[in-house]
Amino acid sequence: MADFDEALSSFAAEVGSQDPVCVRGGGTRWGLGGTVAPGTREVAAPEGIVAFEPAEMTVRVRAGTPVTELHAELAGAGQRTALPERPGGTVGGALMAGESSIARLGLGPVRDALLQVRYVCADGRIASGGAGTVKNVSGFDLCRLLVGSLGTLGLVGEALLRTVPVPEVERWVRLAGAAADSARSCHTAASVLWDGTDVWALLSGYGVDVDEDLGVLASVGSCEDVGGPPDLPFHRWSCTPAQAASFGAQNGAAGRFVAEIGVGVVHASEPQPARPVEPGVAELNRRFKERFDPTGRLNPGRDPLRKP
Amino acid sequence: MADLEAAIGADRVRSDAAARYLASRDASIYREGNAGPVCYAGSTSDVVACVQIAARHGRAVSPRGAGTGLAGGAAPLGQPVVLSMTRMDKLLEVDLDNGVAWVQPGIVNLDLSRALAPHGVHYAPDPSSQAACTIGGNVANNSGGPHCLAYGVTSAHVVAVEVVLSDGSVATLGDLSAEPAGYDLRGAFVGSEGMCGIATSVAVRLTPNPPAVRTMLLCFGDVSDAAATVSAIIADGIVPAAIEMMDQRCVTAVEDFAQAGYPSDAAAVLLVEVDGPPGGVAIAAEKIAGIARRYQAMSVRTAADEGERARLWKGRKSAFGAVANVMPDYYLHDTVVPRTRLVEVLESIYEIVDRYDLIVLNVFHAGDGNLHPILAYDSRVPGADERVHAAGREIISLSLDMGGALTGEHGIGVEKREHMSRMFSEVDLDQQARLRASFDPYCRMNPGKVLPSAHSCSDIAALRASDAAGVWG
Repeated sequence: MADFDEALSSFAAEVGSQDPVCVRGGGTRWGLGGTVAPGTREVAAPEGIVAFEPAEMTVRVRAGTPVTELHAELAGAGQRTALPERPGGTVGGALMAGESSIARLGLGPVRDALLQVRYVCADGRIASGGAGTVKNVSGFDLCRLLVGSLGTLGLVGEALLRTVPVPEVERWVRLAGAAADSARSCHTAASVLWDGTDVWALLSGYGVDVDEDLGVLASVGSCEDVGGPPDLPFHRWSCTPAQAASFGAQNGAAGRFVAEIGVGVVHASEPQPARPVEPGVAELNRRFKERFDPTGRLNPGRDPLRKP
Repeated sequence: MADLEAAIGADRVRSDAAARYLASRDASIYREGNAGPVCYAGSTSDVVACVQIAARHGRAVSPRGAGTGLAGGAAPLGQPVVLSMTRMDKLLEVDLDNGVAWVQPGIVNLDLSRALAPHGVHYAPDPSSQAACTIGGNVANNSGGPHCLAYGVTSAHVVAVEVVLSDGSVATLGDLSAEPAGYDLRGAFVGSEGMCGIATSVAVRLTPNPPAVRTMLLCFGDVSDAAATVSAIIADGIVPAAIEMMDQRCVTAVEDFAQAGYPSDAAAVLLVEVDGPPGGVAIAAEKIAGIARRYQAMSVRTAADEGERARLWKGRKSAFGAVANVMPDYYLHDTVVPRTRLVEVLESIYEIVDRYDLIVLNVFHAGDGNLHPILAYDSRVPGADERVHAAGREIISLSLDMGGALTGEHGIGVEKREHMSRMFSEVDLDQQARLRASFDPYCRMNPGKVLPSAHSCSDIAALRASDAAGVWG
């Protein structure tokens, strides 16, 4: 159990317990899952790094902190987190959107990065889920429930995140005219992207292993160093890895696309059509919202089921 | 009884004393379980039928797998219908394109990895009981294992799960897409100890076998040096696949039992495994050896071949069985502490155990700070049970005071239920109760576990109702 610091207590006071309220981070994924109902009071989560423990490989950070700022601090100790960096995007925003970084093959999904969460409940009280250690199965898993919930179950004030080492070498390469699975045998690939014509791979790890993989790719075809990933089209589709690997043929309506091979996220110029939801799953979603936010005051208008 | 027999077949329902006794316990020292009729489900529709019948009769339902749990999570309370899932043990589909396998919940963890071996992939979480425990039980407990240091516990390896809810409805939580829409229900379900529903089919993530593996045995003359080595490895930014520690008493017991090749003169040994691309494995292994020598390691040995590697791991995983050579009973704890504080925590544990005149064998997942002190004792000795429990409570207090957690992989079950309010506030527990009630508003699934009694009023009602109805006829 924890005593909450001043920043968290003030945030809870600001959220209160009565009127409809929404929390806005960097606004980078603001339209995800619907727009906030008009007239909803807007609050901002507290900012700042509370405690970075490099030897424990964890960092406690307030939700309003920009991810880039957090990562700049962690880089001093050769670490970072699995949270995606978007210009202006915050830790809380990244957790609530739940969308992984394009280096998910290497970094893992956002849902596995959250170890402990402190949030303001619909009734204005502060709750805590998870534990202050890297391993824990005590009680029900509120951390995973909250990741991707768009702030509709509770408003996150503070998070304890797992950090990972920054690899010795990171190199983006492009394979012109390559098949989607060209980088399949590369053990250092932290990201493999495919736009239907070319493949981009982020090789990440010890230099000796990255060189080994570069040799493998060079034998497949033309392999050139590039500064980073290609421009990603605006919309995000969630597909199975198999669908992503054969994306172009079946999805003419998607327009230009860049598929994350081995993951299933596809960035496309057109939005993903609504995905069918099992009635039982829709009912469970409704029950969670009702139990955690009986009056529907937290981020009204947004619904994770409407995420593409 | 008649309804259950009519629904799933008389040969799949048992209510004799022997069957009910066997279903009343798990591998913990908890003895108060009381099973109603035991149903051996063969399909999802069997599970649905049993849950619906139990609901109609106002009865609770407790699912169980192999019963290897160590916290009383599978011990049925108040004579519920017990649903044994062990006959649903099929590997349904290996889907390499999507990196998953669909399995039934009763499949044994090790059988699954063996069946996957020809595909060059495996299922990563590897509890010490993996030769017996089931995937359904692993899902219920969010089980860990040595290799979860690098790969994560069960929750990171469950992609989707088909569940039967307390009203008999069936829902698939999660799907094979990268980011399923809606709340992360499969994340909320994993680790819910049978209290949110019954898993009837699970899509588990397939992990490619690493191209290179190196297993090292580091021996130390002092426990503190071994613990300091663990902290230093992590602090150096190395994430090995596993870092396991055993102290001398444990090593001796294991050697007598399994002849794994551990030295008997070391105060503590570390079993460290690094895997991944070969270059990085070599570099990490060298760094680890350097750190160990800096902390006065007596010896640093690398397993020469797969045979030696298998023997070392066999020794580690048979540690709990080996305790039988020391004392007839043991009480195994499972707390977590920050891994930077291992040295002081271990010193305190030895001090506590000495004070209660008990024997402790330490064997644990050192890399993530997950302690498993084994208090070995003889329950026939008057007062032994009390001393074991008192020492256990102190170890839990110590772990929480260090900023740790009640359980790292075994779950809360009945054993640690009343300790939950030491780790969580009233508000926290209320939120957890809401999660549970969102799945099971009737508190009918495996009632009486995890949440302390004040937070499970409906559970108490469900248990009372069961007791009042008396023994099943």
